[in-house]
Amino acid sequence: MSEKFDEIPMAGNIIEPGNAIEYKTGGWRAERPIHIAEKCLWVKNGTCGLCWIYCPDNAIRLIEKDGKYIHEFDYDYCKGCKICYTECPTDAIVMESE
Amino acid sequence: MTAVKKIPKDDVVIEGLTGDAAIAHALKQCDVDVLAAYPITPQTIIVEDFQKFAADGEVKTKVIPVESEHSAMSACVGASAAGARVATATASAGLALMWEILYCAASMRMPIVLTIANRALSAPINIHNDHSDSYGARDSGFIQIYTQSCQEAYDTTIMAFKIAEDHDVLLPIMVCIDGFILSHNVERVEMLPDDAVADFLGIREPVQPLDPNNPITMGPLALTDYYFEFKEQQDRAIKNVPDIFKRVEAEFEKMTGRSYGMFETHKTEDADIIILTHSTAGGTAKVVADTLREQGEKVGVVRLRMFRPFPSEEIAEVVKNAKAVAVFEKCLSFGGAGNPLAMELRTALYHLAERPMVTDFVIGLGGRDVPPTTFVEGYEKTKEYLKKGEAPSYETLGVRK
Repeated sequence: MSEKFDEIPMAGNIIEPGNAIEYKTGGWRAERPIHIAEKCLWVKNGTCGLCWIYCPDNAIRLIEKDGKYIHEFDYDYCKGCKICYTECPTDAIVMESE
Repeated sequence: MTAVKKIPKDDVVIEGLTGDAAIAHALKQCDVDVLAAYPITPQTIIVEDFQKFAADGEVKTKVIPVESEHSAMSACVGASAAGARVATATASAGLALMWEILYCAASMRMPIVLTIANRALSAPINIHNDHSDSYGARDSGFIQIYTQSCQEAYDTTIMAFKIAEDHDVLLPIMVCIDGFILSHNVERVEMLPDDAVADFLGIREPVQPLDPNNPITMGPLALTDYYFEFKEQQDRAIKNVPDIFKRVEAEFEKMTGRSYGMFETHKTEDADIIILTHSTAGGTAKVVADTLREQGEKVGVVRLRMFRPFPSEEIAEVVKNAKAVAVFEKCLSFGGAGNPLAMELRTALYHLAERPMVTDFVIGLGGRDVPPTTFVEGYEKTKEYLKKGEAPSYETLGVRK
Protein backbone atom coordinates (compact mmCIF):
# COMPACT_ATOMS: atom_id res chain seq x y z
CA MET A 1 0.00 0.00 0.00
CA SER A 2 3.01 2.26 -0.12
CA GLU A 3 3.05 2.42 -3.95
CA LYS A 4 3.06 5.83 -5.59
CA PHE A 5 0.67 6.85 -8.38
CA ASP A 6 3.09 5.70 -11.09
CA GLU A 7 3.78 2.35 -9.48
CA ILE A 8 0.23 1.02 -9.81
CA PRO A 9 -1.78 0.01 -12.91
CA MET A 10 -3.71 2.64 -14.84
CA ALA A 11 -7.20 3.57 -13.64
CA GLY A 12 -7.28 0.96 -10.89
CA ASN A 13 -7.27 -1.91 -13.36
CA ILE A 14 -6.55 -5.27 -11.77
CA ILE A 15 -4.25 -6.84 -14.30
CA GLU A 16 -3.89 -10.30 -12.75
CA PRO A 17 -6.96 -12.51 -12.30
CA GLY A 18 -7.73 -14.46 -9.15
CA ASN A 19 -6.09 -12.14 -6.67
CA ALA A 20 -9.06 -11.75 -4.32
CA ILE A 21 -7.23 -14.34 -2.18
CA GLU A 22 -4.77 -11.60 -1.23
CA TYR A 23 -7.56 -9.59 0.36
CA LYS A 24 -8.23 -11.12 3.75
CA THR A 25 -11.70 -10.15 4.90
CA GLY A 26 -11.75 -11.99 8.24
CA GLY A 27 -11.19 -8.68 9.98
CA TRP A 28 -14.73 -7.62 9.08
CA ARG A 29 -16.12 -10.27 11.44
CA ALA A 30 -18.06 -9.21 14.53
CA GLU A 31 -19.07 -12.75 15.51
CA ARG A 32 -17.04 -15.92 15.06
CA PRO A 33 -18.61 -19.28 14.17
CA ILE A 34 -17.59 -22.11 16.49
CA HIS A 35 -17.93 -25.72 15.43
CA ILE A 36 -19.29 -28.41 17.78
CA ALA A 37 -17.92 -31.68 16.37
CA GLU A 38 -20.18 -33.98 18.41
CA LYS A 39 -23.32 -32.59 16.72
CA CYS A 40 -21.96 -32.35 13.13
CA LEU A 41 -23.27 -34.79 10.50
CA TRP A 42 -20.14 -34.38 8.36
CA VAL A 43 -17.92 -35.42 11.24
CA LYS A 44 -20.30 -38.22 12.17
CA ASN A 45 -20.73 -39.87 8.74
CA GLY A 46 -19.50 -37.57 5.94
CA THR A 47 -22.97 -36.31 4.96
CA CYS A 48 -24.88 -32.96 4.99
CA GLY A 49 -22.25 -30.34 4.10
CA LEU A 50 -24.91 -27.57 4.00
CA CYS A 51 -22.55 -25.09 5.69
CA TRP A 52 -19.97 -25.69 2.93
CA ILE A 53 -22.62 -25.33 0.20
CA TYR A 54 -24.02 -22.07 1.57
CA CYS A 55 -20.81 -20.31 2.65
CA PRO A 56 -20.49 -17.30 0.28
CA ASP A 57 -16.77 -16.91 0.97
CA ASN A 58 -15.49 -20.49 0.60
CA ALA A 59 -14.44 -20.15 4.23
CA ILE A 60 -15.46 -23.67 5.25
CA ARG A 61 -13.27 -26.67 4.54
CA LEU A 62 -14.68 -30.22 4.71
CA ILE A 63 -11.77 -32.64 4.75
CA GLU A 64 -11.69 -36.40 4.46
CA LYS A 65 -8.45 -37.94 5.69
CA ASP A 66 -7.65 -41.54 6.63
CA GLY A 67 -11.35 -42.41 6.94
CA LYS A 68 -11.95 -39.43 9.28
CA TYR A 69 -14.11 -36.41 8.48
CA ILE A 70 -12.73 -33.04 9.60
CA HIS A 71 -14.52 -29.65 9.59
CA GLU A 72 -12.52 -26.37 9.55
CA PHE A 73 -13.31 -22.66 9.30
CA ASP A 74 -10.94 -20.41 7.36
CA TYR A 75 -10.98 -17.40 9.65
CA ASP A 76 -8.88 -15.35 7.17
CA TYR A 77 -11.95 -15.03 4.95
CA CYS A 78 -14.97 -15.76 7.18
CA LYS A 79 -16.85 -12.48 7.55
CA GLY A 80 -19.14 -13.85 10.27
CA CYS A 81 -22.28 -13.65 8.13
CA LYS A 82 -24.01 -16.44 10.12
CA ILE A 83 -25.36 -18.24 7.06
CA CYS A 84 -23.72 -21.53 8.16
CA TYR A 85 -25.07 -21.02 11.65
CA THR A 86 -28.58 -20.46 10.21
CA GLU A 87 -28.47 -23.41 7.82
CA CYS A 88 -26.97 -26.06 10.10
CA PRO A 89 -29.77 -28.63 10.75
CA THR A 90 -28.22 -29.96 13.94
CA ASP A 91 -27.12 -26.69 15.62
CA ALA A 92 -23.51 -27.77 15.32
CA ILE A 93 -22.39 -24.18 14.74
CA VAL A 94 -22.71 -21.45 17.37
CA MET A 95 -21.66 -17.80 17.17
CA GLU A 96 -19.37 -16.11 19.66
CA SER A 97 -18.62 -12.44 19.90
CA GLU A 98 -15.10 -11.58 18.65
CA MET B 1 2.53 5.17 -39.58
CA THR B 2 2.87 6.66 -43.04
CA ALA B 3 4.18 10.19 -43.38
CA VAL B 4 1.41 12.73 -43.70
CA LYS B 5 1.18 14.31 -47.11
CA LYS B 6 -0.58 17.38 -48.36
CA ILE B 7 -3.88 16.35 -49.90
CA PRO B 8 -4.15 17.46 -53.55
CA LYS B 9 -7.00 19.88 -54.19
CA ASP B 10 -8.71 17.55 -56.63
CA ASP B 11 -9.04 14.85 -53.96
CA VAL B 12 -10.98 17.13 -51.63
CA VAL B 13 -14.76 16.82 -51.78
CA ILE B 14 -16.63 20.05 -51.17
CA GLU B 15 -20.21 19.92 -49.94
CA GLY B 16 -22.71 22.13 -48.22
CA LEU B 17 -23.24 20.50 -44.83
CA THR B 18 -24.86 21.35 -41.53
CA GLY B 19 -22.65 21.11 -38.45
CA ASP B 20 -24.36 17.86 -37.52
CA ALA B 21 -23.90 16.39 -41.00
CA ALA B 22 -20.26 17.47 -41.07
CA ILE B 23 -19.66 15.61 -37.82
CA ALA B 24 -21.55 12.54 -39.08
CA HIS B 25 -19.30 12.49 -42.17
CA ALA B 26 -16.21 12.83 -40.00
CA LEU B 27 -17.34 9.94 -37.79
CA LYS B 28 -17.96 7.84 -40.88
CA GLN B 29 -14.44 8.45 -42.14
CA CYS B 30 -12.91 7.81 -38.73
CA ASP B 31 -13.99 4.16 -39.06
CA VAL B 32 -15.75 4.09 -35.69
CA ASP B 33 -16.20 0.52 -34.41
CA VAL B 34 -19.10 1.22 -32.06
CA LEU B 35 -21.55 4.09 -31.84
CA ALA B 36 -24.17 3.98 -29.08
CA ALA B 37 -26.50 6.93 -28.88
CA TYR B 38 -29.95 8.17 -27.95
CA PRO B 39 -31.55 10.90 -30.06
CA ILE B 40 -31.88 14.43 -28.68
CA THR B 41 -32.32 17.77 -30.40
CA PRO B 42 -30.21 19.47 -31.77
CA GLN B 43 -27.72 16.62 -32.02
CA THR B 44 -30.21 14.23 -33.69
CA ILE B 45 -28.95 14.58 -37.26
CA ILE B 46 -25.49 13.34 -36.31
CA VAL B 47 -26.82 9.95 -35.28
CA GLU B 48 -29.61 9.98 -37.87
CA ASP B 49 -27.09 10.46 -40.70
CA PHE B 50 -24.74 7.93 -39.19
CA GLN B 51 -27.54 5.36 -38.92
CA LYS B 52 -28.14 5.90 -42.63
CA PHE B 53 -24.48 5.19 -43.37
CA ALA B 54 -24.76 2.03 -41.29
CA ALA B 55 -28.02 0.90 -42.93
CA ASP B 56 -26.56 1.51 -46.38
CA GLY B 57 -23.46 -0.51 -45.54
CA GLU B 58 -21.14 2.48 -45.88
CA VAL B 59 -19.65 1.84 -42.43
CA LYS B 60 -18.78 -1.32 -40.56
CA THR B 61 -19.78 0.28 -37.28
CA LYS B 62 -21.91 -1.57 -34.72
CA VAL B 63 -24.63 0.96 -33.95
CA ILE B 64 -26.35 0.37 -30.61
CA PRO B 65 -29.69 2.16 -30.26
CA VAL B 66 -29.97 2.31 -26.48
CA GLU B 67 -32.88 3.36 -24.25
CA SER B 68 -31.22 6.37 -22.61
CA GLU B 69 -28.09 8.48 -22.57
CA HIS B 70 -26.97 6.83 -19.35
CA SER B 71 -26.97 3.56 -21.27
CA ALA B 72 -25.39 5.19 -24.33
CA MET B 73 -22.32 6.24 -22.41
CA SER B 74 -22.28 2.93 -20.53
CA ALA B 75 -22.25 0.99 -23.82
CA CYS B 76 -19.50 3.29 -25.07
CA VAL B 77 -17.40 2.59 -21.98
CA GLY B 78 -17.85 -1.15 -22.44
CA ALA B 79 -16.94 -1.05 -26.12
CA SER B 80 -13.98 1.23 -25.50
CA ALA B 81 -12.78 -1.12 -22.76
CA ALA B 82 -12.74 -3.92 -25.33
CA GLY B 83 -10.45 -1.78 -27.48
CA ALA B 84 -12.94 -0.36 -29.96
CA ARG B 85 -12.90 3.14 -31.44
CA VAL B 86 -16.07 4.62 -30.01
CA ALA B 87 -18.22 7.71 -30.50
CA THR B 88 -21.54 9.08 -29.33
CA ALA B 89 -23.40 12.36 -29.44
CA THR B 90 -25.77 14.22 -27.17
CA ALA B 91 -26.96 17.59 -25.86
CA SER B 92 -28.51 19.28 -22.85
CA ALA B 93 -30.70 16.91 -20.81
CA GLY B 94 -29.07 13.96 -22.56
CA LEU B 95 -25.67 15.02 -21.30
CA ALA B 96 -27.16 15.55 -17.86
CA LEU B 97 -28.46 11.98 -17.88
CA MET B 98 -25.00 10.73 -18.88
CA TRP B 99 -23.44 12.45 -15.89
CA GLU B 100 -22.53 9.47 -13.76
CA ILE B 101 -20.92 7.61 -16.65
CA LEU B 102 -19.03 10.68 -17.91
CA TYR B 103 -16.90 10.40 -14.80
CA CYS B 104 -16.50 6.64 -15.33
CA ALA B 105 -15.39 7.16 -18.95
CA ALA B 106 -12.73 9.65 -17.90
CA SER B 107 -11.58 7.81 -14.78
CA MET B 108 -11.39 4.49 -16.61
CA ARG B 109 -9.35 6.28 -19.29
CA MET B 110 -11.63 5.51 -22.24
CA PRO B 111 -10.81 7.62 -25.32
CA ILE B 112 -14.45 8.11 -26.38
CA VAL B 113 -15.35 10.97 -28.72
CA LEU B 114 -18.55 12.67 -27.56
CA THR B 115 -19.93 15.29 -29.91
CA ILE B 116 -22.26 17.81 -28.31
CA ALA B 117 -24.69 20.24 -29.87
CA ASN B 118 -24.73 22.71 -27.00
CA ARG B 119 -28.24 23.36 -25.74
CA ALA B 120 -29.79 24.99 -22.68
CA LEU B 121 -30.86 22.91 -19.70
CA SER B 122 -34.44 22.68 -18.40
CA ALA B 123 -36.52 24.22 -16.90
CA PRO B 124 -38.30 25.78 -18.69
CA ILE B 125 -37.63 23.29 -21.44
CA ASN B 126 -35.66 24.94 -24.24
CA ILE B 127 -33.99 23.42 -27.27
CA HIS B 128 -31.74 26.34 -28.21
CA ASN B 129 -28.11 27.13 -27.66
CA ASP B 130 -26.16 28.03 -24.58
CA HIS B 131 -23.24 26.33 -22.85
CA SER B 132 -24.78 25.34 -19.52
CA ASP B 133 -24.73 21.65 -20.48
CA SER B 134 -21.06 21.10 -21.23
CA TYR B 135 -19.79 23.74 -18.78
CA GLY B 136 -21.52 21.70 -16.12
CA ALA B 137 -19.40 18.72 -17.15
CA ARG B 138 -16.17 20.67 -16.94
CA ASP B 139 -14.93 18.69 -13.90
CA SER B 140 -15.82 15.27 -15.33
CA GLY B 141 -12.32 14.72 -16.71
CA PHE B 142 -13.30 15.07 -20.39
CA ILE B 143 -11.23 17.19 -22.74
CA GLN B 144 -13.50 19.93 -24.14
CA ILE B 145 -13.11 21.68 -27.49
CA TYR B 146 -15.59 24.27 -28.79
CA THR B 147 -15.84 24.97 -32.51
CA GLN B 148 -17.00 27.93 -34.57
CA SER B 149 -17.73 26.54 -38.04
CA CYS B 150 -18.91 23.35 -39.73
CA GLN B 151 -15.44 22.93 -41.23
CA GLU B 152 -13.87 23.27 -37.82
CA ALA B 153 -16.37 20.77 -36.37
CA TYR B 154 -15.46 18.28 -39.10
CA ASP B 155 -11.72 18.78 -38.66
CA THR B 156 -11.85 18.73 -34.87
CA THR B 157 -13.88 15.51 -34.77
CA ILE B 158 -11.19 13.76 -36.81
CA MET B 159 -8.37 15.14 -34.68
CA ALA B 160 -10.28 14.31 -31.49
CA PHE B 161 -9.76 10.56 -31.93
CA LYS B 162 -6.02 10.99 -32.39
CA ILE B 163 -5.72 13.17 -29.30
CA ALA B 164 -7.93 10.98 -27.09
CA GLU B 165 -6.36 7.69 -28.17
CA ASP B 166 -2.77 8.88 -27.68
CA HIS B 167 -1.16 6.72 -25.00
CA ASP B 168 0.00 9.77 -23.08
CA VAL B 169 -3.62 10.97 -22.88
CA LEU B 170 -6.22 8.17 -22.98
CA LEU B 171 -9.09 10.43 -22.01
CA PRO B 172 -12.53 11.03 -23.49
CA ILE B 173 -13.11 14.22 -25.43
CA MET B 174 -16.11 16.46 -26.11
CA VAL B 175 -16.33 18.21 -29.47
CA CYS B 176 -18.90 20.98 -29.08
CA ILE B 177 -20.94 22.83 -31.67
CA ASP B 178 -23.59 25.45 -30.96
CA GLY B 179 -27.07 23.95 -31.12
CA PHE B 180 -29.00 25.10 -34.22
CA ILE B 181 -26.61 28.01 -34.88
CA LEU B 182 -24.07 25.50 -36.15
CA SER B 183 -25.79 22.13 -35.88
CA HIS B 184 -28.52 23.08 -38.38
CA ASN B 185 -26.85 25.72 -40.54
CA VAL B 186 -25.40 24.71 -43.90
CA GLU B 187 -21.83 25.82 -44.60
CA ARG B 188 -19.18 24.94 -47.14
CA VAL B 189 -17.16 21.98 -45.87
CA GLU B 190 -14.04 20.55 -47.48
CA MET B 191 -13.91 16.82 -46.84
CA LEU B 192 -10.79 14.73 -46.98
CA PRO B 193 -10.56 11.50 -48.95
CA ASP B 194 -11.45 8.45 -46.84
CA ASP B 195 -7.98 6.92 -47.08
CA ALA B 196 -6.32 10.16 -45.95
CA VAL B 197 -8.36 10.10 -42.73
CA ALA B 198 -7.64 6.37 -42.31
CA ASP B 199 -3.89 6.97 -42.72
CA PHE B 200 -3.98 9.98 -40.38
CA LEU B 201 -5.75 8.13 -37.56
CA GLY B 202 -4.53 4.57 -38.05
CA ILE B 203 -6.19 1.85 -35.99
CA ARG B 204 -6.66 2.37 -32.27
CA GLU B 205 -4.04 0.58 -30.22
CA PRO B 206 -5.60 -0.10 -26.82
CA VAL B 207 -3.23 -0.26 -23.86
CA GLN B 208 -5.08 -2.65 -21.57
CA PRO B 209 -8.15 -3.99 -23.37
CA LEU B 210 -10.63 -6.56 -22.10
CA ASP B 211 -9.42 -9.89 -23.44
CA PRO B 212 -10.76 -13.34 -22.45
CA ASN B 213 -7.28 -14.82 -22.88
CA ASN B 214 -5.76 -12.30 -20.53
CA PRO B 215 -8.47 -11.43 -18.04
CA ILE B 216 -8.29 -8.13 -16.14
CA THR B 217 -10.73 -6.22 -13.96
CA MET B 218 -11.65 -2.64 -14.85
CA GLY B 219 -13.32 -0.05 -12.67
CA PRO B 220 -13.03 -1.96 -9.39
CA LEU B 221 -13.27 -0.57 -5.87
CA ALA B 222 -10.54 1.76 -4.64
CA LEU B 223 -11.05 3.34 -1.25
CA THR B 224 -8.99 5.55 1.03
CA ASP B 225 -5.83 3.59 0.29
CA TYR B 226 -5.64 3.91 -3.54
CA TYR B 227 -8.36 6.21 -4.96
CA PHE B 228 -6.28 9.38 -4.62
CA GLU B 229 -3.36 7.87 -6.57
CA PHE B 230 -5.67 7.12 -9.52
CA LYS B 231 -6.85 10.74 -9.50
CA GLU B 232 -3.20 11.82 -9.55
CA GLN B 233 -2.70 9.68 -12.69
CA GLN B 234 -5.76 11.24 -14.31
CA ASP B 235 -4.66 14.77 -13.47
CA ARG B 236 -1.27 14.17 -15.04
CA ALA B 237 -2.88 12.66 -18.14
CA ILE B 238 -5.00 15.74 -18.85
CA LYS B 239 -1.94 17.93 -18.42
CA ASN B 240 -0.35 16.04 -21.32
CA VAL B 241 -3.14 17.15 -23.63
CA PRO B 242 -1.72 20.50 -24.88
CA ASP B 243 1.49 18.87 -26.17
CA ILE B 244 -0.34 16.04 -27.89
CA PHE B 245 -2.96 18.46 -29.22
CA LYS B 246 -0.26 20.63 -30.82
CA ARG B 247 1.45 17.62 -32.36
CA VAL B 248 -1.81 16.30 -33.82
CA GLU B 249 -2.78 19.72 -35.17
CA ALA B 250 0.64 20.18 -36.76
CA GLU B 251 0.24 16.86 -38.55
CA PHE B 252 -3.30 17.76 -39.62
CA GLU B 253 -2.06 21.10 -40.92
CA LYS B 254 0.53 19.38 -43.09
CA MET B 255 -2.28 17.39 -44.65
CA THR B 256 -4.91 20.12 -45.01
CA GLY B 257 -3.29 23.51 -44.47
CA ARG B 258 -5.75 24.09 -41.61
CA SER B 259 -5.08 24.37 -37.89
CA TYR B 260 -6.89 26.20 -35.12
CA GLY B 261 -4.85 26.19 -31.92
CA MET B 262 -6.07 25.96 -28.33
CA PHE B 263 -7.53 29.40 -28.98
CA GLU B 264 -7.63 31.83 -31.87
CA THR B 265 -6.36 35.39 -31.53
CA HIS B 266 -7.72 38.20 -33.66
CA LYS B 267 -6.05 41.64 -33.59
CA THR B 268 -4.97 41.21 -29.98
CA GLU B 269 -1.40 42.47 -30.25
CA ASP B 270 -1.95 46.16 -29.54
CA ALA B 271 -5.48 45.85 -28.16
CA ASP B 272 -6.55 47.81 -25.09
CA ILE B 273 -9.67 45.72 -24.67
CA ILE B 274 -9.77 42.05 -25.61
CA ILE B 275 -13.02 40.16 -25.98
CA LEU B 276 -12.91 36.56 -24.75
CA THR B 277 -15.63 34.23 -25.96
CA HIS B 278 -15.98 31.00 -27.92
CA SER B 279 -17.98 28.94 -30.42
CA THR B 280 -20.17 30.80 -32.92
CA ALA B 281 -20.20 33.95 -30.80
CA GLY B 282 -16.50 34.15 -31.63
CA GLY B 283 -17.39 34.86 -35.25
CA THR B 284 -19.69 37.72 -34.28
CA ALA B 285 -17.06 39.09 -31.91
CA LYS B 286 -14.45 39.22 -34.68
CA VAL B 287 -16.79 41.13 -36.99
CA VAL B 288 -17.54 43.58 -34.18
CA ALA B 289 -13.83 44.01 -33.50
CA ASP B 290 -13.17 44.74 -37.19
CA THR B 291 -15.89 47.39 -37.26
CA LEU B 292 -14.72 49.00 -34.02
CA ARG B 293 -11.15 48.99 -35.34
CA GLU B 294 -12.35 51.00 -38.35
CA GLN B 295 -13.59 53.58 -35.86
CA GLY B 296 -10.17 53.70 -34.23
CA GLU B 297 -10.95 51.48 -31.24
CA LYS B 298 -8.09 49.24 -30.12
CA VAL B 299 -9.97 46.00 -29.66
CA GLY B 300 -9.13 42.36 -30.27
CA VAL B 301 -10.67 38.93 -29.74
CA VAL B 302 -9.55 35.70 -28.18
CA ARG B 303 -11.79 32.88 -29.34
CA LEU B 304 -11.24 30.01 -26.96
CA ARG B 305 -11.35 26.47 -28.33
CA MET B 306 -10.01 24.33 -25.55
CA PHE B 307 -11.88 24.84 -22.28
CA ARG B 308 -10.50 21.65 -20.68
CA PRO B 309 -7.64 21.59 -20.06
CA PHE B 310 -7.80 25.39 -19.81
CA PRO B 311 -4.73 26.99 -21.47
CA SER B 312 -4.14 29.37 -18.54
CA GLU B 313 -0.55 30.38 -19.16
CA GLU B 314 -0.95 30.86 -22.90
CA ILE B 315 -4.06 33.02 -22.53
CA ALA B 316 -2.49 35.06 -19.73
CA GLU B 317 0.47 35.71 -22.02
CA VAL B 318 -1.80 37.00 -24.80
CA VAL B 319 -4.00 39.28 -22.69
CA LYS B 320 -1.62 40.46 -19.97
CA ASN B 321 -0.83 43.79 -21.63
CA ALA B 322 -4.43 44.74 -22.34
CA LYS B 323 -6.27 47.17 -20.07
CA ALA B 324 -9.31 44.94 -19.86
CA VAL B 325 -10.67 41.60 -20.98
CA ALA B 326 -14.40 41.49 -21.64
CA VAL B 327 -15.72 37.95 -21.23
CA PHE B 328 -18.91 37.02 -23.07
CA GLU B 329 -20.28 33.65 -21.98
CA LYS B 330 -23.47 31.68 -22.36
CA CYS B 331 -23.76 30.23 -18.89
CA LEU B 332 -24.76 31.35 -15.42
CA SER B 333 -23.15 29.77 -12.39
CA PHE B 334 -25.90 30.57 -9.94
CA GLY B 335 -24.48 31.96 -6.73
CA GLY B 336 -20.88 31.53 -7.86
CA ALA B 337 -18.00 33.95 -7.36
CA GLY B 338 -18.17 34.35 -11.13
CA ASN B 339 -19.41 32.51 -14.18
CA PRO B 340 -17.41 29.59 -15.59
CA LEU B 341 -15.38 31.31 -18.32
CA ALA B 342 -14.61 34.49 -16.37
CA MET B 343 -13.73 32.44 -13.31
CA GLU B 344 -11.13 30.51 -15.34
CA LEU B 345 -9.68 33.70 -16.79
CA ARG B 346 -9.51 35.52 -13.45
CA THR B 347 -7.70 32.56 -11.93
CA ALA B 348 -5.32 32.43 -14.90
CA LEU B 349 -4.46 36.11 -14.39
CA TYR B 350 -4.27 36.17 -10.59
CA HIS B 351 -0.52 35.59 -10.36
CA LEU B 352 0.27 38.64 -12.52
CA ALA B 353 1.51 41.71 -10.65
CA GLU B 354 -0.46 43.94 -13.01
CA ARG B 355 -3.64 42.39 -14.27
CA PRO B 356 -6.11 43.62 -16.87
CA MET B 357 -9.59 44.34 -15.54
CA VAL B 358 -11.96 41.41 -16.25
CA THR B 359 -15.57 42.22 -17.06
CA ASP B 360 -18.04 39.37 -17.42
CA PHE B 361 -21.18 39.47 -19.55
CA VAL B 362 -23.64 36.60 -19.53
CA ILE B 363 -25.32 36.46 -22.93
CA GLY B 364 -27.56 34.32 -25.09
CA LEU B 365 -29.11 32.01 -22.50
CA GLY B 366 -31.68 29.64 -24.01
CA GLY B 367 -30.68 30.69 -27.51
CA ARG B 368 -31.42 34.39 -27.03
CA ASP B 369 -29.93 36.04 -30.11
CA VAL B 370 -26.52 37.64 -29.63
CA PRO B 371 -26.33 40.35 -32.30
CA PRO B 372 -23.21 42.49 -32.82
CA THR B 373 -24.85 45.23 -30.73
CA THR B 374 -24.66 43.00 -27.64
CA PHE B 375 -20.88 42.89 -28.01
CA VAL B 376 -20.75 46.65 -28.62
CA GLU B 377 -22.80 47.21 -25.48
CA GLY B 378 -20.43 45.08 -23.42
CA TYR B 379 -17.45 46.79 -24.98
CA GLU B 380 -18.81 50.26 -24.18
CA LYS B 381 -19.59 49.20 -20.62
CA THR B 382 -16.05 47.87 -20.23
CA LYS B 383 -14.64 51.21 -21.39
CA GLU B 384 -16.83 52.96 -18.81
CA TYR B 385 -15.70 50.60 -16.03
CA LEU B 386 -12.07 51.21 -17.00
CA LYS B 387 -12.64 54.94 -16.57
CA LYS B 388 -14.27 54.37 -13.18
CA GLY B 389 -11.59 51.87 -12.18
CA GLU B 390 -14.11 49.26 -11.07
CA ALA B 391 -16.57 46.80 -12.58
CA PRO B 392 -19.33 44.54 -11.30
CA SER B 393 -18.31 40.89 -10.99
CA TYR B 394 -20.71 40.11 -13.86
CA GLU B 395 -23.89 41.28 -15.52
CA THR B 396 -26.45 39.89 -17.94
CA LEU B 397 -26.82 41.41 -21.41
CA GLY B 398 -29.73 41.03 -23.81
CA VAL B 399 -32.33 40.22 -21.16
CA ARG B 400 -35.38 42.40 -20.45
CA LYS B 401 -34.78 43.93 -17.05
